Amino acid sequence: MNRVFVYGLGAVSPAGWGVGALCDVVKRQEPVATKTLARPGWEMPFIIRQVPAPAMRPAFLTHARLRRANLISQFTVAAALEALGDDMASVSNGSLRLGIVMCVMAGSVAYSRRFFEETMRDPTTASPLIFPETVFNAAASHLAAYLGCPGINYTIVGDESTFVQGLAIAADWLLAGKCDGCVVIAAEEMDWIVSDAVRLFDRQSIHSDGAGALYLKSEIRSPRSEVELASITDSFPFTKLQTRSGAARCVREQLAADDNQLLCDSDTVHERKLWKDWRGHRISIKPLLGEAFSASAAWQCIVACDSLQHGDFAAANVSVVGANQAAIGARFIKANL
Amino acid sequence: MVVTGAGIVTALGIGWRTNADGFREGRTAFRPVTLFDVSRQRTKIAAEVDLPDSLPVTQLDPKTLRRIDRASRMLLLASHEAWTQSGWQGNASIPIVLGTTSGGMALGEEYLRQALISPRDQRHQPSRIANYQAQRQALDVCDAFGFCGPITIIANACASGSNAIGHAWELVRHHRAERVLTGGFDALCQLTFAGFDSLQALSPEPCRPFDAARTGLSLGEGAAVLTVESLESAHARGAEILGEIIGYGAATDTHHLTQPHPQGDAALATMTAACEMAGITPRDVNYVNAHGTATPQNDSTEAAAINRWAGERAATLPVSSTKASIGHLLGAAGAVEAVVSLMTLSGQWLPPECALKTIDPACNFPIVTKSTDARVDVVLSNSFGFGGANATLAFRRWK
Repeated sequence: MNRVFVYGLGAVSPAGWGVGALCDVVKRQEPVATKTLARPGWEMPFIIRQVPAPAMRPAFLTHARLRRANLISQFTVAAALEALGDDMASVSNGSLRLGIVMCVMAGSVAYSRRFFEETMRDPTTASPLIFPETVFNAAASHLAAYLGCPGINYTIVGDESTFVQGLAIAADWLLAGKCDGCVVIAAEEMDWIVSDAVRLFDRQSIHSDGAGALYLKSEIRSPRSEVELASITDSFPFTKLQTRSGAARCVREQLAADDNQLLCDSDTVHERKLWKDWRGHRISIKPLLGEAFSASAAWQCIVACDSLQHGDFAAANVSVVGANQAAIGARFIKANL
Repeated sequence: MVVTGAGIVTALGIGWRTNADGFREGRTAFRPVTLFDVSRQRTKIAAEVDLPDSLPVTQLDPKTLRRIDRASRMLLLASHEAWTQSGWQGNASIPIVLGTTSGGMALGEEYLRQALISPRDQRHQPSRIANYQAQRQALDVCDAFGFCGPITIIANACASGSNAIGHAWELVRHHRAERVLTGGFDALCQLTFAGFDSLQALSPEPCRPFDAARTGLSLGEGAAVLTVESLESAHARGAEILGEIIGYGAATDTHHLTQPHPQGDAALATMTAACEMAGITPRDVNYVNAHGTATPQNDSTEAAAINRWAGERAATLPVSSTKASIGHLLGAAGAVEAVVSLMTLSGQWLPPECALKTIDPACNFPIVTKSTDARVDVVLSNSFGFGGANATLAFRRWK
């Protein structure tokens, strides 16, 4: 890979709105408080970690496209704007061509469930305002509209590994000159139907929601280019030819991390076993913030980059072993300018 | 970058030959919906696929074959045709790039229905969750043919299939891969049908794209898969070449979540970008396979964009929308229309819209209304979707 730099980070998580809140929780190693979520037809509620209401209503919610937008769109825009920082003005005035890669696993589940319930009751009264918001790329579309950004814009769906794959797509676009900057976002929203699904596969897992964003550019000369995306491993899908643990092993081999570096893993059974001999510093996000699918993978990358920005390490490795698609890894380094 | 295999499943039938005959004659494949209850919907027709009882022999085991859903079946049928035609072998790392809007949504609907109606009954629920997600269908394709490569699922609404093919093409073009399996798939499902009906976007009658009195779109279902590879890779195997992909443009229309900009700025941008990349001008293009959904807004916007892009060439540039035959296949639309584009290049004919009555005066270009033999060297295929996702692919006849 030629040089691609991380120019900005953005996060919305159960820890709060902003990267600062996310990283504070990680530094304190204090799990975010849980709450309950009712499930229709059951007495026992789900235990979840959910994004708190923002201290102040975000200004972007006054935009015509975002007034009625679902939570996943709100999280997406908030994380992306934080990551873009001052460059937002350049995107809006057309002097910076921005690419957008949006990554989701569950997507807009709250409106999808609501629309399908309305359809089951009486399709003639199902809301035409809700249906368009159920489409996977609605959040990325709202972001593009808010920024006035007519450039290339992909929404990719898949498990947690998709976020790192999104970084690879962004890097390719930058290096091919398709855009001047690219924001890669992962976002998920809370709904009881997803909590129900999570419980079916892992009763210990605590469902959560939120978003994370990395803003990438290939320019070197900037005080914002402190962190470099050094490499991304191959994506190793879970097929008949390759088990999940085999895929996780391939990622470790390609990362070739050493003990003086940071490891941000996705805390799967496979990784716990595979990295048992790891003597370096290790951060696992999910025990602190819960299971937010693609957003969890984004938070792993954000924490890795934040630790490099603060000079804690010279390199940080991210290992993502997805739920049902692939394992993949990324390596970030303190940029040598 | 060339295409060496193409598979297609639509309501016209299974496979290249059947579909080529159907599109060439302008057959239509609409009928009353049988897959779910539409008794309370405004519209009661769609272009449903008749699936065969059994699937072609692959490496999938009987247990997997028993559980796979309708969307996977269509994807596997199309993949099998493309894979067989290309002569590719398994045990290789081949990226797979697919477009879809819904994946296995019918399974998701079953999950939700049972969770709401019988919340304590969890039979089959884990399987529904595991298998409704689009990555499962892609993994089934990998397992069926014994390959293992990175999976990318693009969900850019109705442009997904074109974006997937464009992305696959760029992976080969930028030497990220020698070969990529790509395409799109979507099965009819109640949520989507009810959604378009709630927007009053569905026509009660078979759709008539670019007709002055058009009344909305008709939904369909299907899949199409292409094997895209470098020319060197194709030559090394002595593979038959179906056509070249020579350009790809993608842009975002920020006007509205569901309504395109009236002048079609983003559509103009994608057609222009695809042609610039291909090094061609409107004069070099022999046919445009339009997005042409038959909604009042899409077709007038697309007409404006084609008029602006083609200029004087518009007066003699043949255009048609094959959605008149098979409906709107959403995430599969761009992929199916890519295969139709290859058919026109290979067969030297243009697909007609036989049901069109009066051409919308907004069209400065002729709409193909009768089965027509023609010299076809270069084709553009447009796809535009919710959220302003716009994409154009350019194809060239292989000589």
